[in-house]
Amino acid sequence: MSTNGMESWAVDLKDVGAIYPFQGSEVLMVIIGLVFWIGWHVLQTRHENAEIEADMAADRSGDETREAIDRY
Amino acid sequence: MEGNLNALTTIFTEFYYWVTIVMMFLIHVGFCTYEVGVSRRRNHLKTLMKNAMAIPLVTVTFYFFGWWIYFGFPNGPGMVPGGLVTAPFAEPWNPLMGTHLSGVNPGETGVTPADAALWHRLNGVFWGAFLLFSITTASIISGSIIERARSGAFWIVAVLIGSVLWILGASWGWHPQGWMVKLWGYHDAYASGVVHAIAGGAALAFLIVLGPRIGKFRPDGTPRDIPPHNVWLVTIGLFLIYTGFWGFYAACNIPLISPATIAGQITGDTWTATNIYLAPTTLSAITFNFLMSLSGGMMAGYIVSKGDPFWTFSLGLCGIISASAGNDLYHPIQALLIGAIVPTICYKLHYFVERRFKIDDAVGAVAVHGYGGFLGVVVAGFMLWGQPSSPYEGFAYINPLGNFAGAVLMFALGFVPTFVVCKILNSMNLLRVPAKVELEGVDFALNHEFEASVREVGTAEKATIK
Repeated sequence: MSTNGMESWAVDLKDVGAIYPFQGSEVLMVIIGLVFWIGWHVLQTRHENAEIEADMAADRSGDETREAIDRY
Repeated sequence: MEGNLNALTTIFTEFYYWVTIVMMFLIHVGFCTYEVGVSRRRNHLKTLMKNAMAIPLVTVTFYFFGWWIYFGFPNGPGMVPGGLVTAPFAEPWNPLMGTHLSGVNPGETGVTPADAALWHRLNGVFWGAFLLFSITTASIISGSIIERARSGAFWIVAVLIGSVLWILGASWGWHPQGWMVKLWGYHDAYASGVVHAIAGGAALAFLIVLGPRIGKFRPDGTPRDIPPHNVWLVTIGLFLIYTGFWGFYAACNIPLISPATIAGQITGDTWTATNIYLAPTTLSAITFNFLMSLSGGMMAGYIVSKGDPFWTFSLGLCGIISASAGNDLYHPIQALLIGAIVPTICYKLHYFVERRFKIDDAVGAVAVHGYGGFLGVVVAGFMLWGQPSSPYEGFAYINPLGNFAGAVLMFALGFVPTFVVCKILNSMNLLRVPAKVELEGVDFALNHEFEASVREVGTAEKATIK
């Protein structure tokens, strides 16, 4: 039993199609891939929100901000 | 007509590998840029030269014996019958290791007509492509040990890794007739194990014997961060490594081969590209999978490191490495997910090992290459389970146990000899610079010369002002 259906390379290549593992699960793989992509945006947004909140809470006096502006 | 087709195929193959060599040089531009970016200002020059000089040292030794090792040892230490394989065309004194055409001169020794026909145009470019893998394997270690290792010690280890250990591993597990492929069904198409796990194992061994940089750990044993002095250089270096990796991947394929050339195992007339085991794949496959595994690594790296540029780029590379063992056969989404999951584990492992065992790996090379390569081989064993490892009859099928054993063997092949050599070098005070020099910076004398020159020429110029 092979994960891509190939048991031997003693074949004529013109008769062979896909050779990746788990053929037939393409739709499932696309769904998992889409979940990964959307999940990335969710996690990234959460992280960026936390970072911005921390930036907002920092430097109440404005001194470090003035220094940052001077440094260009 | 057939003769011309064969000649065209040979010249195409020659040009193909030549292009991969040029592209792979970018890996070394990237490594040098990246390492200098990570090192602190007082260590730049020695850091650059330590890595750069691996190029000529591995080149000459790979010419003298590295190339021959690849062909000599596919049967391993008595693992399969056949013993040492003769490979006169790879011996440094053979006329085919120089400019040669397809015939045999009267009185020319060590060259058969068959060897001349096959190797006269391919020997140099194959040697060059394998050499660039060798230098890559050595360079991987270089970044880990910056700012305290002696350059001479690294160069000895670079030759050991680049011209002996990795190429021995390649002979065993990255060769159409390698014993690991025959007996274990070992599959490692783009060298997760044979380059990266070996290099990672060697880097870990070097670091254990070398010890951490002064100041890396607090008195209570917890690690301090020693940030790169120039994150821009680091990321440009990693971008260049990504770019060079295209050449690395292409060089792992045979670009065009007829079924008849593969000992008649594949039937029909359809010519194909193959992996190093002569099993069919395509450049399209590796293009899909290279980019998807890189993307998985960068996306996961960004999240797990909270947007840290150093780790996001490094884990992108780890994504490629972790899918490389099976990227000739994976589906792109499989490459994406493997390229995301394995680097996340490697990142966690890096900090666990740093805290638990006080290992100061300045660039995370053990994680990115060692753990990434090791796990990549293991994952391929599961993902490709039951697939033929070779077009030749009688070879074991790809399987989890064979790939796990292969991953362990590759890591150990880097680790054990490097550990022994580093212990010997350490006992001779040749491994690490003295603490005073480490604190001054390894460029101390060079910087003094530079500043003296600047003062002198400045004084001379000012004296001419009227």
